[in-house]
Amino acid sequence: MNDVEQAVIRAHRDEWARVVAALTRRFGDLDIAEEAAAEAFATAVERWRADGLPPNPGAWLTTTANRKAIDRIRRENKRDGKHREAQMVYDNTPPAPLGAIDDDRLRLIFTCCHPALAMEARVALTLRMVGGLTVSEIARAFLVQGAAMERRITRAKAKIKAAGIPYRMPSADDLPARVSGVLAVLFLVFNEGYLASGPGTDPVRHDLTTEAIRLTRLIRALLPQDGEVAGLLALMLLIEARRPARVSAGGELVPLTEQDRGAWDAELIAEGHRLVRERLAAAAGGVAPGRYQILAAINAVHTSARDIRDTDWSQVLALYDQLVRLDPSPIIALNRAVAVAELDGPEVALAIVDRLAEALAGYHAYHATRADLLRRLGRGRQSRAAYDRAIELAGNTGETAYLTRRRDQLR
Amino acid sequence: MRYLVSVIDDKSDPGSTDRQPAISAFNERLIAEGYWVFAGGLADTDAATVVDNRGEQTVFSDGPFVESKEYLAGVWVWECPDLDVALRLAAEASKICDRKLEVRPFL
Repeated sequence: MNDVEQAVIRAHRDEWARVVAALTRRFGDLDIAEEAAAEAFATAVERWRADGLPPNPGAWLTTTANRKAIDRIRRENKRDGKHREAQMVYDNTPPAPLGAIDDDRLRLIFTCCHPALAMEARVALTLRMVGGLTVSEIARAFLVQGAAMERRITRAKAKIKAAGIPYRMPSADDLPARVSGVLAVLFLVFNEGYLASGPGTDPVRHDLTTEAIRLTRLIRALLPQDGEVAGLLALMLLIEARRPARVSAGGELVPLTEQDRGAWDAELIAEGHRLVRERLAAAAGGVAPGRYQILAAINAVHTSARDIRDTDWSQVLALYDQLVRLDPSPIIALNRAVAVAELDGPEVALAIVDRLAEALAGYHAYHATRADLLRRLGRGRQSRAAYDRAIELAGNTGETAYLTRRRDQLR
Repeated sequence: MRYLVSVIDDKSDPGSTDRQPAISAFNERLIAEGYWVFAGGLADTDAATVVDNRGEQTVFSDGPFVESKEYLAGVWVWECPDLDVALRLAAEASKICDRKLEVRPFL
């Protein structure tokens, strides 16, 4: 790859959201902003190759995209009469200083993750507008046809316009709920990458986990005081750190207990631990941690043990107890039972898990956890039946392979 | 922007019937803060008549136009700067009238 291509890729990563955000504020229209930004990047490939790199690629891209947007509005004015003229003179303020542009990116994120949009639309829109992924990349990532993904994004943009979803920071009252809405979108993207579903797909989709982490880092830079943002970033880093050990050479998912801990990414773990320590200090100062911070702390305990036998399970359980108080969902109770099994034995854990039967009957991890506990209790026949159910329900190819091997080892 | 706020009631699980004073107070506030355009409660769907004059003859039939468990019990029209403001008011309104609401923009 030559220098120009590398520069364009770097600029795309660093500047896309900034350019789209600034244009959206200026022209009040996501469609125009998206198209003009895409055109500006396409032009950059040509111009930079011919003329060399501009001294400030970000400014070059913003200026070029602005011109593209004005060209488009002029063209549409000629076609549709003059009624769009007003929109063109809508905002003639000079380019905003850096701080305000950063606010623009936040506005863009809050608009894309607006609670009035369907969750799948929020995910798609965020990856397109903020992440700069192409529609076909997003479609591939979620195993949807390109045309269907295009419609999803178009519909979402149309609703933003028609329903008057604003392009501004949420009010102080709404902010915590809206930030947690943004984090939910990013965690969903991460999880889809981490435990990719669908037959014939890679068990881990690195592009999605990487993108989720990159966007969470951006939010962290924009909202450095928010504990849950730090918590989610730490959580993602500590999960991502284990990626090299999570899938065997044969494409089988390797559970935490069996992973080669030497293969974990020490740098990501160190960064994750730093963030968790930062939040622990805040908690000591009386700020109650939210669920991402607690989940990150649980992952910090796991990643602190050089050997599975060194795991501080009582600490893990204490954190789950804290989490259950915050989020009494059956899935949290299921994960808590895994820690109970280590401390009080599989029989006690199985009693807890069995109480979740009704709520989690359709959830593969419920059956997989039960199968493992039954196996440890020597109840082979019941364990096999639970593995069968888990295999039926598991959507991830690596997980299916692991569960199948486990089942076939039973006698 | 102008929004139609539909109050949705459920025949099999109706909301409470003692909300009128609280709704009136809320309406006063909407007026004072400049959001209020219109509000009205609707009679039961049994009282509705459907009119169709698209063909040769006008046809009147006993309403409602669609028979369902959930039905429109009343409407507000609000003038708000954007959807966030409308949604915040609607969240309050839903609690006050103890009903589910739909917020929909006018064209």
